[in-house]
Amino acid sequence: MTGRAALVALLTGCVAFGVTSLCRAVDPTQLPDPALQARYVALTHELRCMQCQNESLADSPVDLAADLRHQVRDLLLAGKSDAEVRSWMAARYGDFILFRPRYSLRNAWLWGAPVALLLVGALVSWRVVRSRTTLLAADSEPVEEDTRS
Amino acid sequence: MNRFLLPLGIFVLLAAVLAIGIRHAPEKGVIASPLIGKPAPSFALPSLTDPARVVRSEELRGHWYLFNVWGTWCVECRAEHDMLLQVGKAGVLPLIGLDWKDDDAQALAWLAQLGNPYQAVAVDRSGRVAIDWGVYGAPETFLVNPQGVVVYKHVGALTRETWTREILPRVAPLPATRS
Repeated sequence: MTGRAALVALLTGCVAFGVTSLCRAVDPTQLPDPALQARYVALTHELRCMQCQNESLADSPVDLAADLRHQVRDLLLAGKSDAEVRSWMAARYGDFILFRPRYSLRNAWLWGAPVALLLVGALVSWRVVRSRTTLLAADSEPVEEDTRS
Repeated sequence: MNRFLLPLGIFVLLAAVLAIGIRHAPEKGVIASPLIGKPAPSFALPSLTDPARVVRSEELRGHWYLFNVWGTWCVECRAEHDMLLQVGKAGVLPLIGLDWKDDDAQALAWLAQLGNPYQAVAVDRSGRVAIDWGVYGAPETFLVNPQGVVVYKHVGALTRETWTREILPRVAPLPATRS
């Protein structure tokens, strides 16, 4: 019985250790200030790893992601704002590095398309409803006496 | 007449959107560099072949050059090396290398074995300069004009096609043919 308990404890320990060491393996960075650390974590999660493009900098084990995380850390320690860090990255790697796209003239159509389509839909339905109403109104007029001779 | 106008308009719009998509299809998967049209990032890095020398971006001003990012750990770089040797031999413009996050001894052995097409090779051990250039995977090649502005970027192994179609026409525009 005690042997089994020990085995369970050992296995639990292994799993717990394995999980934490895996988490730490990607990014062990600790910033001195908890507020700065929170901003660091948030930023590295919303920046794309350019090599494995569906991962964030925070999740990626590749070299370049580590280098870029290092840059994020240095920029934060240098007192840069979140917006400044984002533009620093975008100036080098383009808006593609931002998981949350910024509003710009270039992608304005993307942001505007839903609104434009909604307006077009509203216009079409308004016209359909109006034409049906006039048809209905015309239909419900009293039938005149046959004026044909 | 009027009832065909709306469907026709929608068709023309859709055709235009698809045409743009098809025209840009070859660029898919390649991330456009925000550096194009902007001044090339400046750097001052030790030279691979001459440890006493510093390769400075300012020295490269005044003429066209190709900036090629490579590393001995990069498989595609070996594939493009023959093309780089031909570019070096052509003598149209100097080839400047950036040895990215590499081991100096291995890089020197690579050049000794395969040949050295570079006029100068800057060593970027930390990868900091490569980040300034927006490099995300070697090999990458940038074309920089005499004013120090990046005019073209090629991601992946440099091919003869890229050289003749994209790089040469930009460096030495053919005189307009008169008919």
